[in-house]
Amino acid sequence: MKIKSFIISIITLFVIWVLLNHRLTPEVFISGAVVAFAVGLIFCNSCDIFNDLKLTPKAFFYSFLYILVFLRELVKSNFDVAKRVISPKLPINPGIVEVKTKLKSKLGRMILTNSITLTPGTFTVELLDDRIFIHWIDVKSENIEEDTNMIVRKFEKYLEVIYG
Amino acid sequence: METIEIIGAFITLIGSVFLLLGSIGLIRMPDVFTRIQAGTKASTLGTLLSLFGLGLIYLDIAGKIFLLIVFILITNPVSSHMLARAAHYIGIKKADITVVDKLSTFRKNEQNNETQKPEAK
Repeated sequence: MKIKSFIISIITLFVIWVLLNHRLTPEVFISGAVVAFAVGLIFCNSCDIFNDLKLTPKAFFYSFLYILVFLRELVKSNFDVAKRVISPKLPINPGIVEVKTKLKSKLGRMILTNSITLTPGTFTVELLDDRIFIHWIDVKSENIEEDTNMIVRKFEKYLEVIYG
Repeated sequence: METIEIIGAFITLIGSVFLLLGSIGLIRMPDVFTRIQAGTKASTLGTLLSLFGLGLIYLDIAGKIFLLIVFILITNPVSSHMLARAAHYIGIKKADITVVDKLSTFRKNEQNNETQKPEAK
């Protein structure tokens, strides 16, 4: 199923082109479509990164939910880190913990680790198969299960539906 | 001055406050990893809010601003992950208050296994 990956790449390129031009006149539309198709044809011959993406209505709904959850976590943890930075005692408790993920697809794992990195307070140092090593600014537990529940689960339950 | 411009300016101001806090964190944190936390992280929301406010003020370039936000969301975590990974790989000294480092333990175990295998043959 390479064709799915190919089509998603072309659509992504075309949307970026239209946003950069900021208008949709016929010449922009035609040149964009031709160039996006050519670039997709040349560079997306063997790419299979988007093949894991499910295009069902449920997946779209969960993508939307995922963005909301992600934004909520982003704001919450930004305030948390900001509070730590300005408090005189500097209440940090850093360390590198290990968690496990249930996601199988490459794209799903990439989005999971990038989300973890984007939320302040935690970031991914290393990803080896299903083990993720995370630097945490405030280590609450050293148990793998508990850490997985605290850091990964809130994102994973949505990504599981979208990427399987 | 229209209302939407005032709202945009206010959001940009909040964003710059977050950027300021990120810079303060960069100075106050004790080691590389915690500095990456403060430097690149408190600034994610700062950058996003600043750009969002700009998009509200200049509505005609809102599409490009949206694209910038998406690119920052893609590239920011990759760069901080690579910095941290390289720093850990060359064995940079961690702060004394570091509680646990499971990656170092994992690497050590793996090295021991590799050195033991040829001997077993």
